[in-house]
Amino acid sequence: MPTVEQPKENSWEPRIIAFFCNWCTYTAADLAGVSRLRYAPNARIIRVMCSGRVDPQFILDAFSKGADGVLIGGCHPGDCHYMEGNYKALRRMQLLKRMMKDMGIEEKRFRLEWISASEGERVKTVINEMTDQVRALGPLGLPKKFAEWDKELESLEHEVNGKRDTIHA
Amino acid sequence: MHGNGYNGTVRIGFYICHCGHNIASIVDVKAVAEYIKSLSGVVVSSEYKYMCSDPGQELIQKDIKEHSLNRIIVASCSPLLHEHTFRTAVEKGGLNPYYFQMVNIRENVSWVHTDMKAATEKAKDLARAAVQRVFHHKSLETKHVKIHPDVLIVGGGIAGIHAALTLANAGKKVYLVERDPTIGGHMAMFDKTFPTLDCAACILTPKMSQVKNHPNITLWTYSEVAKVDGYVGNYKISVRRKPRYIIEGLCVGCMDCIEKCVYKEGKTPDEFNLGLSKRKPIYIPFPQATPQIVVIDPETCIEFKSGRCKKTCVEACDRKAIDFQQKEEIKEIEVGTIILTTGYQPFDASRVPFYGYGKYPNVYTSLEVERLVNASGPTGGELILRDGRHPKTVGIIHCVGSRDKNTNRWCSRTCCMYSLKLAHLLKEHTDAEVYNFYIDIRAAGKSYEEFYDKLLDENVHFIRGRVAEVSDWAVRPSEEGKLIIRAEDTLIGIVRRVPVDMVVLAVGMEPQADSQDVRRMFNISCSTEGFFLERHPKLAPVDTFTDGIFIAGCCQGPKDIPDSVAQAGAAAAQALILIDSGEIELEPNTAYVVQEECSGCRTCLTICPFTAISRDEAKQKAFINEALCKGCGTCVAACPSGAIKQNLFEDEMIFSEIDGLLKMESPACC
Amino acid sequence: MPDKPKVAFYWCASCGGCEESVVDLAESILDVVAAVDIVMWPVAMDFKKKDVEAMADGSILVSLVNGAVRTSEQEEMAKLMRKKSKLIIAYGSCAHTGGIPGLANQFGREELLRYIYEESPSTVNPQKTRPELKVIANGSTVTLPNFFNIVRALDQVIDVDYYLPGCPPTPKLLKQALEVLLSGKLPEKGAVLAPDIALCDECPKKDTKPSDLKFTEFKRPHWMQIDPKVCLLAQGILCMGPATRGGCEGVCISGNMPCTGCFGPPSRIKDQGAKILSALASQVEAKDEKGIDETLATIPDPVGTFYRYGLPVSLLRRKNFNSTG
Repeated sequence: MPTVEQPKENSWEPRIIAFFCNWCTYTAADLAGVSRLRYAPNARIIRVMCSGRVDPQFILDAFSKGADGVLIGGCHPGDCHYMEGNYKALRRMQLLKRMMKDMGIEEKRFRLEWISASEGERVKTVINEMTDQVRALGPLGLPKKFAEWDKELESLEHEVNGKRDTIHA
Repeated sequence: MHGNGYNGTVRIGFYICHCGHNIASIVDVKAVAEYIKSLSGVVVSSEYKYMCSDPGQELIQKDIKEHSLNRIIVASCSPLLHEHTFRTAVEKGGLNPYYFQMVNIRENVSWVHTDMKAATEKAKDLARAAVQRVFHHKSLETKHVKIHPDVLIVGGGIAGIHAALTLANAGKKVYLVERDPTIGGHMAMFDKTFPTLDCAACILTPKMSQVKNHPNITLWTYSEVAKVDGYVGNYKISVRRKPRYIIEGLCVGCMDCIEKCVYKEGKTPDEFNLGLSKRKPIYIPFPQATPQIVVIDPETCIEFKSGRCKKTCVEACDRKAIDFQQKEEIKEIEVGTIILTTGYQPFDASRVPFYGYGKYPNVYTSLEVERLVNASGPTGGELILRDGRHPKTVGIIHCVGSRDKNTNRWCSRTCCMYSLKLAHLLKEHTDAEVYNFYIDIRAAGKSYEEFYDKLLDENVHFIRGRVAEVSDWAVRPSEEGKLIIRAEDTLIGIVRRVPVDMVVLAVGMEPQADSQDVRRMFNISCSTEGFFLERHPKLAPVDTFTDGIFIAGCCQGPKDIPDSVAQAGAAAAQALILIDSGEIELEPNTAYVVQEECSGCRTCLTICPFTAISRDEAKQKAFINEALCKGCGTCVAACPSGAIKQNLFEDEMIFSEIDGLLKMESPACC
Repeated sequence: MPDKPKVAFYWCASCGGCEESVVDLAESILDVVAAVDIVMWPVAMDFKKKDVEAMADGSILVSLVNGAVRTSEQEEMAKLMRKKSKLIIAYGSCAHTGGIPGLANQFGREELLRYIYEESPSTVNPQKTRPELKVIANGSTVTLPNFFNIVRALDQVIDVDYYLPGCPPTPKLLKQALEVLLSGKLPEKGAVLAPDIALCDECPKKDTKPSDLKFTEFKRPHWMQIDPKVCLLAQGILCMGPATRGGCEGVCISGNMPCTGCFGPPSRIKDQGAKILSALASQVEAKDEKGIDETLATIPDPVGTFYRYGLPVSLLRRKNFNSTG
């Protein structure tokens, strides 16, 4: 049980990478700004022209670099500025979600949302909701885990190096 | 290794904007600038009060020269607002504009967060991502697209008419498409206009006939846009011309055919008079309809229903203009710009059942009253109620379907003023006592408040309070046979019952029922209420997010005639800018195939919705036609072997952003 | 006569197929043997670890190491070979990208050991005995290598100079690689010694792929009679060719079986599985979530399909366990 007085350990805050399409969700985020809606500071937005530009590699890369959650925002079905990019995003993300589940990444760490240019309020709601959900899940912390896994090599490295020294001696 | 200019060394200039207090009050701009200074590649890192101002831009240009900068980053507002400004500044400084990157720390940070520490950290992360990103930026050429000089205007209300005339008078060729048989829109239905009380027809119909006769305007009424293809400067439009069963070139509008129709009396509710009168199957919507061409309604015409009509209309037409075989026709046109002036629909008053519309015959909507008091209306301007009486007392209920959580939350902006106008006209026509039930009187326009004062002098009654109910339930003898309006008079704090002969519901404005279909067809956005969304509420009020498509009038939001006309003029001016400059700059964010890397797997071919990708059969590789590519990047994400790249959004740029955002390093300054 | 260049072969977690592929050089192997001194090749020759240890550092021109790294012994040997060799070639899919053994990264160490020693259908082990790392019996000490938590590709353990992809690499690629190395004209460090273009480029069925492919179902090869002339994707069979490096000359395709991705992705790709997933999913016909899911449900094992040879080098590397797993 985490207690209030955990020494030095900074209180952890989830980090969410958000890919927003230029025409709908990014514009909605601007609207949220103009409307001075307040929401959690945990999401970092990357602007792409279309949710169809979001390569599944981006999502996995974000997780592997330390994101605790990834959010994709696109235009509503039928509203894509590029006709069908959002459907392509949807198809990819449905499969990616399944694959990530098999790889032990909780479904709630990854979200695809349709947010139109007028739905500034929704940007706020989605980011707040997701921040809460990811906070409840706790850190994913893949970089830390990678480092931990690789410790088993370091320990042997030490041993082998030691041996090498004896060979040379 | 990144193909940068200046001996391959990246030299970054980073600028963070205070935006007055907008950013600096929440983001510790000094700390961000200091932190960014410590990053590799950063040569200059400064903060300034207003980066978008001239001195701010000059600062960048000076530094480019003095410090041989070859990458510029500005952390300020949204790129949707000022990316172009800074790119231009960078270009003036002698650098390719695409070496610029913008970081949004206002809309995405300072305006949405309250915690200074968190906001500053976020700003640092975003800035660091940009620093990493610009290493991969490349020099690009701005794309130019030729603008076809013709313009399509959709909707022939006052906004469409005004925009069409403005452009046509400037010598541009205009297609004006209207779905009703006549242009004129709602304004043609009004009696007089506030606050000047000019007769609507007197000021509108000359403009309508100018449209009809203008050599630069092709007017297609009874027509709808069926399909929109292409992009700014080069739109391909299909217009569906519905059959009116009249050969337009032959009909002169003599209306003999209407006279001779086998129906001696009209049997069908007349759309133009909102069902307050009847029309025949062959009709002309109103005397000044433009064009002056009759139309046959196949739903009610006996010939269409049974094929056994005597066709007296055909006999009556000595110009042989009637053609029962007429078919729908599709016209294909090419235009460079489009103005949407598709208007609004009045709120359906039956959605507020407690006001009794549709239940009590003497409850009218404001638009119906416009027809009732109109000299060419169903009663010739005489105010006769549905039950044949002349009203002695009238109650006008404001904000029906406006400022109401249960229906529409917005203010329709025109109802206060037209209610005042109708009060004046009703008094003028009948000398009745007129009661206005209002929430607030919004008379914010030139000479509007004065008009309100005038009405007060005319002894029109004003009761402040939202009406609870209209009923015929009399509790006092004086209420017998009357409609009783029950409302709280909030100024004196009592509930009042006002018996009247006639109730007028001041209905608000709503988006057209098919506005969602229309915006999809034209690939533009709607705001929450469903009105078309402008690019910027203040600085680009008639632009949309789709280049070359403009909006004006009530399709953008409720507004009165002066505002609609002003917007229409503005939209015409915006179109003129494009037409007269002859070409437009496009983002060079198109995708391209690196052919040595392409395996010819055809994945991209199957997914491009713009058929911009084809296969070079000789080389067996994919090839992207830059003119057709719209730059979504979907093919880039789908290319299984990484052979397609997108300018401005290359994989490396996005990966470096991801990396920059997530890198947790302790700031070097601490 | 100057010394012939020294060449070594070593195997880590692998099936032996890579060794066979060396023998598949057929008579060409005689040229190789004539040109070099083989100083280590456990499968074929009787050199010992101590023989290698006795050699000077960097005295071996090139060591071809196949197999993934799963145990401390493999790691130790890999490090030893690295120390003694000028060049290390990761030979075959397992050394290159983790290979089939890498699929074990879908499971935790304990989960694997429990299954192997206690739960697998052919195991009878009521005492739940597990091998001990160190056993002292009759005065002798026997040690076993440690079984690591995860499977690694060779370059996740030691520095690798070149990669020869494939399960196994084709004799042609091996021959070319040896010729290049012996000629001294070394390619750029880190190069994969195969074409940097996807398999479709050299696929014998390339011309039969339509330009308007829309998937409604993915079929499995054993369900149907595959038309030998037509692109497998066009027949609804999941083929990794578009996201897999060519160079194998389409051996599986010619055998009427789809590419399963053993050559790994072209250099531009960070994650082979994510990329083929993106390409295939983009071409699904359905537009609604339900329809999309129905089509995609016909891929029963996305991880095993898309990362058959490359899970350890994928962006996620291994299944994520909230505990250390």
